[in-house]
Amino acid sequence: MNSDRAISICLQGCSKTFLDGTRALEPLNLEIVAGETLVLLGPSGCGKTTTLRMIAGLEHPDAGGTVLFDGEDVTALGIEERNIGMVFQSYALFPNMTVAENVAYGLRIQKMRKPQMQERVREMLAMMRIEALAERRIDQISGGQRQRVALARALAVRPRALLLDEPLTALDAQLRDVLRVEISQLLHDLKMTTVYVTHDQAEAMALGDRIMVMSHGRVEQLGAPREIYHQPASAFVAGFVGSMNRLRGRVGTDGFDCAGGRLSWHTPGVEEILFRPEDVRIVEAPVADLTGRVTASVFLGERTQLLVDVGDAAPLVVFADARKAHRVGETLHMQVDPCGLLTL
Amino acid sequence: MIGMLVPAAAFFAVFFILPMFRLFLVGGSGASGWAAYMAIVTDHSYFSSLLATFGVALITTLASLLIGSIVGVFLQRHRFPGRRALVALITLPMAFPGVVVGFMVIMLAGRQGLISQLSMALGGGRVVFAYSLVGLFLGYLYFSLPRTILTVMAATEKLDPKLEEAARSLGAGPWHIVRDVILPGLKPALISAGAICFATAIGAFGTAFTLATRINVLPMVIYTEFTLSANIAMAAALSFVLGALTWTVLALARSAAGNTVAAAA
Amino acid sequence: MFRKSLFVAQLCLTLLVCLFLIVPMLLSVLAGLTENYFVGLSSGLTFRWVIQVWQDYSDTIFRSVWIALACLAVNLVLGVPAAYALRRANNRWARAFEELLVLPIAVPGLATALALIAAYGGWSALRTSWLFILIGHVLFTLPFMVRSVLAVLGSIDLETLEEGAASLGARFMQRFFHVVLPNCREGILTGALMVLTLSMGEFNMTWLLHTPFTKTLPVGLADAYASLRLEIGSAYTLLFFLMIVPLLLAMQFLARPRGKSRNAATGKPESQSIIKEPVTP
Repeated sequence: MNSDRAISICLQGCSKTFLDGTRALEPLNLEIVAGETLVLLGPSGCGKTTTLRMIAGLEHPDAGGTVLFDGEDVTALGIEERNIGMVFQSYALFPNMTVAENVAYGLRIQKMRKPQMQERVREMLAMMRIEALAERRIDQISGGQRQRVALARALAVRPRALLLDEPLTALDAQLRDVLRVEISQLLHDLKMTTVYVTHDQAEAMALGDRIMVMSHGRVEQLGAPREIYHQPASAFVAGFVGSMNRLRGRVGTDGFDCAGGRLSWHTPGVEEILFRPEDVRIVEAPVADLTGRVTASVFLGERTQLLVDVGDAAPLVVFADARKAHRVGETLHMQVDPCGLLTL
Repeated sequence: MIGMLVPAAAFFAVFFILPMFRLFLVGGSGASGWAAYMAIVTDHSYFSSLLATFGVALITTLASLLIGSIVGVFLQRHRFPGRRALVALITLPMAFPGVVVGFMVIMLAGRQGLISQLSMALGGGRVVFAYSLVGLFLGYLYFSLPRTILTVMAATEKLDPKLEEAARSLGAGPWHIVRDVILPGLKPALISAGAICFATAIGAFGTAFTLATRINVLPMVIYTEFTLSANIAMAAALSFVLGALTWTVLALARSAAGNTVAAAA
Repeated sequence: MFRKSLFVAQLCLTLLVCLFLIVPMLLSVLAGLTENYFVGLSSGLTFRWVIQVWQDYSDTIFRSVWIALACLAVNLVLGVPAAYALRRANNRWARAFEELLVLPIAVPGLATALALIAAYGGWSALRTSWLFILIGHVLFTLPFMVRSVLAVLGSIDLETLEEGAASLGARFMQRFFHVVLPNCREGILTGALMVLTLSMGEFNMTWLLHTPFTKTLPVGLADAYASLRLEIGSAYTLLFFLMIVPLLLAMQFLARPRGKSRNAATGKPESQSIIKEPVTP
């Protein structure tokens, strides 16, 4: 519905130093394409929320930084003048208003005429499938419902872009999965420029057209979810997104010699190889690349997660068939898919 | 375990419940009998002092809520060196007895007060209003403001800053935010602070006593009946009514503000 | 631009209010130390008035301190166990009693004093004793002590603590003195400071309850304001400030959050409410 209004957002040289001198964000250049969903991913304190608040107009970049909406300089504008929709981590719904009044609030500020306003509110509530809650008070609805109201309220004003600050963090795991799918569909339908902040990598993978991984106020990597997952640009990204095994060693004549065996890697000059647990298969001894001893076995339902000591500093994480029990102390032979081998 | 309540309960029963009951009886024992309890409405001079008492109390309440909320929000939202000391200093008057508050008004607006001296220095003649209703109002404001400011500061601290950001993201300007976010958020605190303000202003005796003579508020009337006219029955009836009124105001406010702020009253 | 002017307006009002609240205190301190306030500071500073007040009124000061301490003692004996019982009972009756207990604050002091006189005024041994004033002060201060102890008791898991002590063999009285009291120390301390402050400053009741031989500090103040020169009233007020301000500052210090119990990241509020109940001047 808003696809015709999608804008591009551009940050140029935006850094943020707080009053007490802490540097929340190193100078950042970022181009968000019109209509895309960009996920800012990282641990708390990595600068992702600061970046979002800067785009929103809740924080202003240090001198020299510029924020552009469709090429127009909006750096000096406050959030109230930027016409963006924002969803907060705790929803920030007005407790003194009903669900419908919350959704209508932005329209009321715009002095929209009553019939039109009611129509728009109805449309929004229908889109989020919460028509029945219109007259409820905020403290009478559940967390998931609040989430929907917050989205409806942000979208009611037909914003130029949608900004979401950890919108699912306050919900329990099950609801989070459901809403993640819903939001994904919604964003797909809206084709609106969206910036989504989260510390949850699964959420980031599911929702982002692109993901920007951040740490300590810096961008670690910016790319499509598959790129981030399969070609991590740094040790930080490799460790933060999914689980990653690392083995130290050196390239010999027959491959990469490391603790526990030999991997089929031949490009010289490599001292560490990374691979994901799902690229490890449990095999019989003759075809094994690696051999180790099981030190822990955790049954997770859909699979069993094993920790395998191959003699390197950290044990390997290996996924095994859930139906097959592995005992601690057992010797395990493993083969690693050569396509899954990575270096940094 | 309940036994630990007995000493306090006994003390309370003997020295409060019983005397209050006695006061009630004394109130009906005068020349006019139980009609004394109606005198506050039927007797013209009592009624007018009731109106004056309510009037000053109401104006004090509104003024201290208005000023207190602006100052309270401001002090809570801005950090500056010496802020804590300033807040400590301006909350001292809260614990001053009424007589001292009255004296503070005299220092400000009495014959040798600051305002008088300033206006004389500027050639404007002697300005004295400490001993009038205005002086009384200033006195009430003097002890009401600190409490209101503190209550507002505490409530402001609990306001969710995200609510204001959300309102701004929807295009709301400063006035909209005050009307739709800050005031609704402060409402319970304002109701309870206002009720306490009103109740204390109705019953304040020390301040009126110090500023004295020309002010005809209810506590002064009661005192005069008791000491000068020796009309103990009427004094008892009036003070019983005054107590009931004050308690009612507090109870009403408490139910209006909901249980969250009940602790304040 | 608009925001800027809004800020300036707020700042001005705040400054004005601070001046309104602080200047009279300073003026009265100054007046108490000035040779002749009407002439001004040029007449010189002196302790003359303070000394004169001390000579004429020191008995009221000592009596006020004595009554305040006695009031505190009674509060400790009556209030602390009552708070504990209310917390443990925690039912409708307990809440009703708590409501009742607060009545002497809600009802103007004048009415309470008249009630006491109506009931016990005829008993002249009591009427002329300082104990009569003490009774009024205890009525008025008891709710503060109970509330501040209750506030602390409400924030600790008393049941578990007591069960823990009981599992180690502590009997009721041992639990009360070894576990309950030490854990609500802070509430008792705050309550104690409040009781001292309020008792020291109580005027509304005391004015009716006192006799010429049982004048307290605020009663003496009212006398001095009414009949003596401004400098003496001010010097007297200065002495009152000297006694009461340390108590108030100690209370504010207690009300501050302590670093150890707070999470630095969430930066929990500095709670500013010192006296949560209405005090009728």
